Amino acid sequence: MKLWRTPLDAEKVRVPHGVVSVIIERCKGCSFCVEYCPRDVLIISRNFNKKGYHYPEVVSEGLCVDCNLCEDICPEFAIYSDPVENTPAPATKENT
Amino acid sequence: MSTAPAKAAPVERKELHHPKDTMLREDRLPHIWCPTCGIGTAVSCFVEALRETNIPEEKVAVVSGIGCTGRVAGYVNLDSFHTTHGRAIPFATGLALAKPDMKVVVFSGDGDLVAIGGNHIINAARRNMNITVICINNFIYGMTGGQCASTTPQIAKTSTTPTGNTDYPFNVPYLMDACGATYIARWTVLHIRRLKKAMGEALNKKGFSFIEVIAPCATLYARRNRLGTGFDLMKFYHDNSEIQHGADTKMVDIGFQEKIICGKFVDIDKPTFLERYRGETNGGGK
Ligand code: SF4
Ligand code: SF4
Ligand code: SF4
Repeated sequence: MKLWRTPLDAEKVRVPHGVVSVIIERCKGCSFCVEYCPRDVLIISRNFNKKGYHYPEVVSEGLCVDCNLCEDICPEFAIYSDPVENTPAPATKENT
Repeated sequence: MSTAPAKAAPVERKELHHPKDTMLREDRLPHIWCPTCGIGTAVSCFVEALRETNIPEEKVAVVSGIGCTGRVAGYVNLDSFHTTHGRAIPFATGLALAKPDMKVVVFSGDGDLVAIGGNHIINAARRNMNITVICINNFIYGMTGGQCASTTPQIAKTSTTPTGNTDYPFNVPYLMDACGATYIARWTVLHIRRLKKAMGEALNKKGFSFIEVIAPCATLYARRNRLGTGFDLMKFYHDNSEIQHGADTKMVDIGFQEKIICGKFVDIDKPTFLERYRGETNGGGK
């Protein structure tokens, strides 16, 4: 997100931050989570699980905003995010 | 890009627990549904919606019929029953009458509810039974081998209509509207937030509430019609669904790979079967 000026409440606003976990052996590699994550936190791994499915992997950990979209859209109950308390706003794509 | 060969996943170091596991029969997972099938996403929305309604878990029962969606009853960690083909609604009706304090949810597929159990669903809606029906519509009979269903769009190919279906399909919200359902909504499994909200509303609704959930069947419907996988169908829903709350249900039929109108179509209040039977109302209309 690029801003043309620093918002006046930038000091106060805290973008939620999450840590995403994948239960690898449940995943069937549908890539719904990878496609619909609003922050492009995930990619499909080159590696595969016991059943041969390519599971998602976190590529940009700091970007997850704990929106839980991946958790709700996953048909396999294989991915979820946990909120991280009291962290500064995550780095945006531009400054990483 | 690295040239290292792909390898099997490393052994998971710590035991991971999905936040929805308490609502599911965890020992049954992974479930039987195919990769990119949409039923799992609908169940995910359902357990989340149920949690948000704060209805105690012991006051909820899930009833399913036969079919891919029929397996839902076996995966939710609630009182549940997997009935014979098409008979989820009669079972749920009996349950709702014997246990009026319970929230009875029928979670089943289009073939089971609208075709084989078609007579049951229209009469339960007509009598305004106090049940919530979640109908996964993937336009085909999944588990039995991809036969043409009464919801299969015209020209779509199935194993029993290899050159394309010639019949007109049911417009399910219109059918339910004509039968007098008190709540009717349709969402695709891509609309996770709205679907969840609708499920919450339906669970809190008194009387016959109905949600049609459009979901991809990757293995039979998508493959036979050369539509790719469920992932491609999700993209199709993204580009081709249109939200029209309060739309005239007569206008919401679905053609083959045509626009899908979603939204909450009906939300009315009227006395339920039990209220009328007990004489709690004057038996009257809306
Ligand atoms: S919680 Fe949201 S931002 Fe984080 S990985 Fe999942 S979809 Fe992406
Ligand atoms: S949505 Fe679930 S099953 Fe699909 S790739 Fe992501 S973790 Fe795997
Ligand atoms: S056959 Fe179709 S509906 Fe059944 S599990 Fe597979 S994709 Fe889902």
